[in-house]
Amino acid sequence: MSGTLFLVQILNGLQLGVLLFLIAAGLTLVFGVMDFINLAHGVQYMLGAYLAVAFYGIVGNFLAALVLALLAALAFGLLLEFLVFRHLYERDHLDQVIATFGIILFLNHAVRVIWGAAPLTLAVPDFFTGSVVIGNGLLYPVWRLVIIGSGLAVAAGLYLLVSFTRLGMLVRAGATNARMVSALGVDIKRLFMIVFGFGTMLAGFAGIMIAPIISVEPGMGTNILILAFVVIVIGGIGSIRGAFLAALLIGLVDTLGRSFSVDILRLVMAPSPARTVGPAIASMLIYVLMAVVLYVRPTGLFPARGR
Amino acid sequence: MTKVKLLVAFAAAFGLWTSAAHAQENVKVGVIATLSGPPAVLGQQLRNGFALAVKELGGKLGGRDTEVVVADDELKPDVAVSKVKALIDRDKVDFVVGPVFSNILGAIEKPVTEANVILISPNAGTSTFAGKECNPNFFVTSYQNDQIHEVLGRYAQDSGVKKVIVIVPNYQAGKDAAVGFKHKFAGEVLDEIYVPLGQLDYSAELSRIAAAAPDAVFAFLPGGMGVNFVKQFRQAGLADKITFLSAFTVDESTLPAQQDAALGMLAGSNWAPNLDNPQNKAFVDAYLKEYNAVPATYAFQAYDAAMLIDSAVRAVKGDLTNKDAVRAALKKADFKSLRGSFKFNTNQYPIQDFYLVKVAKRPDGKYETEIEKKVFSNYGDSFAKDCAMK
Repeated sequence: MSGTLFLVQILNGLQLGVLLFLIAAGLTLVFGVMDFINLAHGVQYMLGAYLAVAFYGIVGNFLAALVLALLAALAFGLLLEFLVFRHLYERDHLDQVIATFGIILFLNHAVRVIWGAAPLTLAVPDFFTGSVVIGNGLLYPVWRLVIIGSGLAVAAGLYLLVSFTRLGMLVRAGATNARMVSALGVDIKRLFMIVFGFGTMLAGFAGIMIAPIISVEPGMGTNILILAFVVIVIGGIGSIRGAFLAALLIGLVDTLGRSFSVDILRLVMAPSPARTVGPAIASMLIYVLMAVVLYVRPTGLFPARGR
Repeated sequence: MTKVKLLVAFAAAFGLWTSAAHAQENVKVGVIATLSGPPAVLGQQLRNGFALAVKELGGKLGGRDTEVVVADDELKPDVAVSKVKALIDRDKVDFVVGPVFSNILGAIEKPVTEANVILISPNAGTSTFAGKECNPNFFVTSYQNDQIHEVLGRYAQDSGVKKVIVIVPNYQAGKDAAVGFKHKFAGEVLDEIYVPLGQLDYSAELSRIAAAAPDAVFAFLPGGMGVNFVKQFRQAGLADKITFLSAFTVDESTLPAQQDAALGMLAGSNWAPNLDNPQNKAFVDAYLKEYNAVPATYAFQAYDAAMLIDSAVRAVKGDLTNKDAVRAALKKADFKSLRGSFKFNTNQYPIQDFYLVKVAKRPDGKYETEIEKKVFSNYGDSFAKDCAMK
């Protein structure tokens, strides 16, 4: 186990972390500010990827496809909000879960009808193809570095937006006590719509950025949604800062677990059982982590203040 | 008294109905395949291959009008069992053709064969039914799964590969793949990486592979897993340094998504679209025209399954009531397989040639695997010796 390999695995962990953050940020805001459980958030991630593929097919330029797909994802998110979610805010959580689960089924099938069941693919933009050499000869794909960079940039932007703007102040206030914000004369419906649209767009952005790396297929949002929920539970519901730190934590724990669990187990076990037990333990690690966090700090590591 | 009347009426009606059914009705074939979820592409290839054959035969098998009932197993063994039971009890099919996946085969083999209906698997070929548990009602037109892995093991051995890393999903078929490969490869296996089934991002595993710097990687990552692994393998800059050997990871069902990333990668197969014989050429052209896609092994093996049924129905002159005669006719495999030489082993799995195939771009811009070299000739599986059938 060389130092370079360790460094590369940390980069891999960071990349997964920022991706999770992009999805979890919207989820935690929607959950925190509106007290609304949106299982369909993962579908927005899938939709972002599909839209990017579709627009890339039309315009043939990644940047243009990115912008168009973002706008389309936003528009679609707002449409969903207007048609469905708006009517669910006052209902209890079970209704929300059932309704948004229905949307998952509907949209997963809809993309299959439109684009087919076969996995689709998006090329890495020419400028960012290839890889860079890290340490003693290990290659690292440039596009993964771009994902890390853009994710961190979005995180910084969100931090500024939430901490220093009037809109951010309202969001923070909404996360603490939405009813009071409404009583003070803020149009809470409009605020909800903005937060929702923004969250949708971030999830779509994550889908677009990952599309050159993984295959775009129906149901791709489902697994990542579970991870995103783990992130917001660990980070503290409604907290952007919590979502960011928890996402990086989950990304690192998951990646390092997958990379080194077998090697570590080999120290105490025979190689053959270590190979089978290692991956099993690695895939449990983040859930164990979540259980521990819930036990020690039930509101998460960095709960939104005032909760 | 009324009860007796009712019973008599019922019996009479039933008798009438069965005698009517004995009049020359259609040959009924149930096709069971995975047609939903991400692996739906494989099931569609299977269904299309079978449908194409029936269409080319004028909607008939062995000269008799044919009805094909398609069912989706949803890749769930319990769903598959209830679907095949419906095919047998409600639709009264004479043959069941399917499935794609080995775990589904494990679930449906008993219900079908015990109902004395003939099951023809155009893809899944587990070791379970190749040895002691072989069954006179069960035929396979693909291969015994291990053989594909053995092709890669033998090729690695023969081509002077010294160090290999094996990457497979952490479930039974994955472990079987690793065993099959190592069965023919005597060199050093640096590491065996087991990943959760359905994993999409392989960054951590690829970094491990890069750090270990093997001569070759042996990957068994079917469907969407392979699409992602191949793309990321190429992006990580490993494709030019490490030989990529694979089973069920690059084929015509995944290539539309892998595209250039998969060019030059190697796989094991019993067939390829460019296999040179007239019937295969006609098949590939017809499939392209009908479905605008290059057929994969799933399609060709299902096509062969239809041709096999056709030959047997013809041999018994359309009389499917004598099952022994039907089985004997099937076992003769008196049809022109798209793969050329084909016959059944004692366990009713094929004896055939196996090839190393390589991914290439076709003149029409689509992708396909092409024959690189023959690795085994007239190769039967190693389990047949445990089968009691002759």
